[in-house]
Amino acid sequence: MNFDDTPQEAEFRAIARAWIGANAPKQYEEDLRKSSLGRTALKNADILDVAKAWQKKKADAGWACLHWPKEYGGRGSSPIERVIWQQEEGPFGQLSRMFIIGHGMCGPTMMAFAREEHKRTYLPPLASGEKVWCQLFSEPAGGSDLAGLRTRAEKDGDDWVINGQKIWTSGAHYSDYGILLTRTDPTVPKHKGLTMFFLDMKSPGVEVRPIKQASGASDFNEVYFTNVRIPDHQRLGEVGDGWNVSLTTLMNERSAIGAAVSTGFPELFEYCSSLMLDDGPAIEDRAVRSKLANWAVKASGLKYTSMRAISALSRGERPGPENSIGKLVAGSMIQDVATYALDLQGAAGVVSGEDAELAGRFQAMLLRAPGTRVEGGTDEIMRNIIAERVLGLPGDIRVDKDVPFNKIPTKGR
Amino acid sequence: MNFDFSDDQKQLRDQARKFLAEKCSPKAVRVVLDGKAPYDKELWKGLAEMGFLGVAIPEDFGGAGAGHLELCVIAEEMGRANAPVPFSSTVYLAAEALLIAGSAAQKKKWLPAIASGDAIGTLALFEGKGNPAPKNVKLAAANGVLNGVKKPVADGTIADFAVVAARTGSSGRDSDISLFLVDLKAGGVEVKSLTNLDPTRGQAEIIFKDCKAEPLGAAGEGWSILTQVLDRAAVLCAFEQVGGSDRALEMGRDYALDRIAFGRQIGSFQAVKHMLADMYVSATLARSNSYYGAWALSTNAAELPEAAAAARISATQAFQHCAKNNIQVHGGMGFTWEFDCHMYYRRANAMALGLGSLSYWEDQLIDRMRKKNAA
Ligand SMILES: Cc1cc2nc3c(=O)[nH]c(=O)nc-3n(C[C@H](O)[C@H](O)[C@H](O)COP(=O)(O)OP(=O)(O)OC[C@H]3O[C@@H](n4cnc5c(N)ncnc54)[C@H](O)[C@@H]3O)c2cc1C
Repeated sequence: MNFDDTPQEAEFRAIARAWIGANAPKQYEEDLRKSSLGRTALKNADILDVAKAWQKKKADAGWACLHWPKEYGGRGSSPIERVIWQQEEGPFGQLSRMFIIGHGMCGPTMMAFAREEHKRTYLPPLASGEKVWCQLFSEPAGGSDLAGLRTRAEKDGDDWVINGQKIWTSGAHYSDYGILLTRTDPTVPKHKGLTMFFLDMKSPGVEVRPIKQASGASDFNEVYFTNVRIPDHQRLGEVGDGWNVSLTTLMNERSAIGAAVSTGFPELFEYCSSLMLDDGPAIEDRAVRSKLANWAVKASGLKYTSMRAISALSRGERPGPENSIGKLVAGSMIQDVATYALDLQGAAGVVSGEDAELAGRFQAMLLRAPGTRVEGGTDEIMRNIIAERVLGLPGDIRVDKDVPFNKIPTKGR
Repeated sequence: MNFDFSDDQKQLRDQARKFLAEKCSPKAVRVVLDGKAPYDKELWKGLAEMGFLGVAIPEDFGGAGAGHLELCVIAEEMGRANAPVPFSSTVYLAAEALLIAGSAAQKKKWLPAIASGDAIGTLALFEGKGNPAPKNVKLAAANGVLNGVKKPVADGTIADFAVVAARTGSSGRDSDISLFLVDLKAGGVEVKSLTNLDPTRGQAEIIFKDCKAEPLGAAGEGWSILTQVLDRAAVLCAFEQVGGSDRALEMGRDYALDRIAFGRQIGSFQAVKHMLADMYVSATLARSNSYYGAWALSTNAAELPEAAAAARISATQAFQHCAKNNIQVHGGMGFTWEFDCHMYYRRANAMALGLGSLSYWEDQLIDRMRKKNAA
């Protein structure tokens, strides 16, 4: 039981640290350190530009997507080196959140299912941040029940013709490419008639409409497809095998999102350490301390759970469904932490934005948090995964399992 | 980084689990639970023979000299089996106090006896309501003679000796407290058994009347030694609690697969699935915090006070959570004396109090985090 690097790991860490020290965009360090869920605000700069510039610099020096093979723009590093890099990159790692869908989900799916020439063409610019990718899965009729999606793909010569609508597509408004899950056969049960593609988001017939979120920001979109043509060679996996392909994406999604969760605790602890309440310092109030202690052990529990996972990785074990707990615990925790921070501010907690305490950091957190509990699988879906895949409990009863998709009732009574 | 137990340590865990499965069945636990014996003597002897009682005691003093990580591994299995023996009092509290502060002669007298299973020890700290605090220690020591009452004292009815916290000053500072070693069989003490939440581990009231005692550690250092002992015991108890949490979760899971209602396994109902998933989550967080505590304990790291408090809180919450929901999953069956669920529920709630309550440790944790941040 130790936290020590092996000699090779220590050497890798030293090289990474030196390179980051010499090259990172230090002028944004303070802003990045202060950003947490809800806000990654850079003063006087567009975050996408800054993120792209940092990613390109990393790619040119061989530090992008470390665990990807070199020929696809990576470094061919071990999983543990990737973790060391993340530790060393620190607050600058916040910038890669702009690429998390492309790097965490689309890239691995391409790597598993695209043709070799496509991998060599599309993956290096994805790794270097020059091209941004999005994930076109969810639809009004298919969220948790993803296989309920209705966007059609019909074969026409060497092309497929796409019609339908996606929703909640993060980053579609600045994405160059996307991976797209479609229905190619509505006459078979829902999981069997799906097919996956990747496409150029600038293709004729693709229309992206930003959605204003509950938080007021517009990070996700509706995407409409009207007779969009995709050549067959951009199909990922076999016709009808889209469900399997999407499982690869979702598994990667959970480990990508799971690794990046914030809990809000360090921010709250720092805040309470300096906050004065009516009858003295917040940190000396018994009720405050009890709340803090409860969240402290959740935050440290998550931290050491991920270290145990990293140790397993370094032994060559694969991450399993137990990684679902990070998002599950952190999601509602950050919501509760933000609620409590505002409670401590009393009536003033209602003010948000730059006029508010700490420039509205906790208010922003509060307004973003509900999305964390939904994106990448809701809390309920995470609990199902733990119950079924970790504890071995029976799957939910699926009344539509063997019914052809076009015979499934579409509304409640 | 290897934030996990080594293969040897895992082998030790398997060995301990196998041994306890054989020698400490729920049926055996019930002999003590039903009041037919004060503790499981056979098991105690067996634990000594396996070398488990002295696993962290140096070889010079009759132990195996393996270390505290190995002790953590065994503690987890003791908790999983709900073992009805004075392991925590003797091994985590009394032995650790001796290791930290005992003179060569004291170590020589008691540590080999602990390792061989010949001596049961305990810590006599509490005096009625209240958490660990110097001001709550009223029992007086003058010229090596103790007068006062301690209660509750875990395993006090069966202990051969006790480490006793006593007041030796009136300055109002921590240095008013000193520790003493008392041979409970030597006279000057009266021991009464107290009924308690968890009969598989007895509690006692001990009245000291002009009782002769020898100092343990330097005069006035009692509180600082005690703090170290409690921190170490917090980590070790956390492993027992983690073992108990896992077992309660397992029992719940197995029952959910077995029991049919409305024509389905109850484990197919989401309310039940999600309850079990949440038990898994709290048990996992507790395990991870406890691993950190184990690392800090085994390396005697500066982080130990904070790590111990975090492990304590997390493991206490997890065990209480898993034990209570295990009963819920079992329905009416879970509330019968017949089923084993209540044994874990009792143990979980008794353990939540034994080293000071949850709210006490919450307070400690925040204090320690503040100190670290200030440093
Ligand atoms: C911020 C954000 C970003 C997103 N980004 C993307 C993206 O980039 N690309 C993309 O494809 N999608 C994206 N999504 C969509 C996301 O994956 C879905 O919102 C999510 O899977 C839930 O689906 P839904 O919204 O249809 O909710 P529903 O599935 O309609 O769920 C409604 C409620 O029913 C519950 N429920 C549903 N099924 C079950 C069940 N079996 N058991 C118990 N409860 C159940 C849910 O937990 C929830 O409480 C994003 C969502 C958010 C909030």
